[in-house]
Amino acid sequence: MTGPADGHAGSTPAPATPTTGSPAVALIRTLGGLGVIAGLLIVVAYTATLPRIQANKARVLAAAIDEVLGAPARYDTLYVVGDSLVRVAPAGVDPAALETVYLGYRADSSVIGFAVTGADPGFSDVVRLIFGYDPRESRVLAMKVLEQKETPGLGDKIEKDTTFVAEFRNAVAPLKGVKQADGTDSTEIDMITGVTISSRTVIRVINQTLQRLGPALAATLPEMPR
Amino acid sequence: MGDLLWILVSSALVNNFTLMLFLGLCPFLGVSSKIETGFRMGLANIFVMVLTSIAVWALNTFILVKAPYLQLISFIVVIASLVQIVEMAIKKLSPALFRALGIYLPLITTNCAILGLAIFQTNRGYSLLEAVFFAIGGGLGLMLALVLMASIRESLELADIPKAARNMGLIMILAGSLSLAFMGFAGLFSAT
Amino acid sequence: MSPAKPSTATQDLMRGVWRENPTLVQLLGMCPTLAVTNSVANCLGMGTATMFVLVGSSFLVSLVRKMVPTEVRITTYILIIATFVTVADLALAATAPGVHKALGAFVALIVVNCIILGRAEAFASKNTVWRSVLDAVGNGLGFTWMMLIMGSVREILGSGTWLGIRLFGENFEPWVIMILPPGGFLTLGAILLIVGAWKHYQTERGRARDLAVAMAGKAA
Repeated sequence: MTGPADGHAGSTPAPATPTTGSPAVALIRTLGGLGVIAGLLIVVAYTATLPRIQANKARVLAAAIDEVLGAPARYDTLYVVGDSLVRVAPAGVDPAALETVYLGYRADSSVIGFAVTGADPGFSDVVRLIFGYDPRESRVLAMKVLEQKETPGLGDKIEKDTTFVAEFRNAVAPLKGVKQADGTDSTEIDMITGVTISSRTVIRVINQTLQRLGPALAATLPEMPR
Repeated sequence: MGDLLWILVSSALVNNFTLMLFLGLCPFLGVSSKIETGFRMGLANIFVMVLTSIAVWALNTFILVKAPYLQLISFIVVIASLVQIVEMAIKKLSPALFRALGIYLPLITTNCAILGLAIFQTNRGYSLLEAVFFAIGGGLGLMLALVLMASIRESLELADIPKAARNMGLIMILAGSLSLAFMGFAGLFSAT
Repeated sequence: MSPAKPSTATQDLMRGVWRENPTLVQLLGMCPTLAVTNSVANCLGMGTATMFVLVGSSFLVSLVRKMVPTEVRITTYILIIATFVTVADLALAATAPGVHKALGAFVALIVVNCIILGRAEAFASKNTVWRSVLDAVGNGLGFTWMMLIMGSVREILGSGTWLGIRLFGENFEPWVIMILPPGGFLTLGAILLIVGAWKHYQTERGRARDLAVAMAGKAA
């Protein structure tokens, strides 16, 4: 269906389109026809790539949960509805619209703790992170920054500085940011020098998320096998 | 309320659409030679941006939940139609304003700032109010960048620039200095 | 600028690479050039996606050029371009999620990249399918190699790496501003300034030469 293979590739404009019927019909026919082709192409591409894209997302999430919960044998997805956590989204509610937390178990089915995500504006833009939490001891298990756009070389240390990230291991909530932690108080987090705002953002995200979800998390646990 | 304020300040200054996010560079480079035209283009942009953000919010909430892959096409169609409608409405309601804005209105359709606004708003999942504040802030930031650049260029007309340097490269470097200046806004209004 | 004789196939291919380079000469496609050039890997990803959309849409636009009424031609082109961009976005998300995340919204913004609409309107709508594809490839190559140059400069100076490979020792203090927004403007500005100045001197030299020839002719 290619046009006639004419030799000119220069500047001669294309001849005026032959209008077989009334112009309106030609317009509708062209746009409609193209719309159908476009729709087909997109739907094909979408269905072909959907499994890969979902697998990628699941893999990234699983890796993050792995890191903050210390390699759980398996984990459950729970939805936050009001003040409690439920295993199954209530009828009529789209699960994708609900906030999720993940409950990790060891191989012997004992509970490790929850993996919770949180976000808040930082220095440049929003900082998103995931952290492990054990409500039985009010202990933050570990923290991992998922998304940040802080200043490279300075603010991005909240993600790349392993010492800072390690500060959150087994820290007791609510966390307090200090300039010089002496290691005796488990609630204290040693902030990065010169990166006050980004450091404070990480601490604030965890504290605020726990303030909001803490009761729901604590209430769910007694039912779980220890 | 604090959140809305942060969105407004962030999109206007800290993450300025033109100088930080690189959106809307075509009008920035093309329409910034006079302060008056820059200001008018900025106003037209704010207007279209606010309307677009409302339309996009409605699109996302009611229609696109079923077909996320049609997002891009529907955004483009909405933007093109909105610009067309706004142009016709202004022509009818205020011929003076229409003459003043002139050819800038149709140019807004290919302005990547509008599409960028739609995409960012969707990715961040803003509510209607947040989206409108985002659009107002973004548009104000765009206008600010345009007017700043225009005032520099007007002064530049009187300066003695070597002939070899009178090209787009100079404008880019000036834009780089502006961008550097705007980096100073980082941290504004962030919670202590 | 229309040539007296129709251009050859090779000319169609090479024109976009240097003489009418989209970034240097036509000054189109600035937004992605500045935004994604903070790392060479991102440049490659963006260049590939843009090339795919350019070639695909030029192909389709040229294919249907005789059937599209002039009133709706811009709408048609945008529809075609948006389709290819959606496909490219999905393909990138499926095959290279890291690059896709780094490029962010700019893959979708290829839709309003003036290069693509410009080529569709100026060339693909008036020429055969094969020539349009060549033209698209040429422009895509021109766009990509300019981005690679900018990306290399910014990544080497700003992170001390090239495609992720460390180039300098531990003591190298990277010039961080290069990978931040101002660095993009400054790098592109420097390149345009150098190219502009070079062109200016070429024209001046050419004019001086012509003048000398004319004077010599008069004296003879």
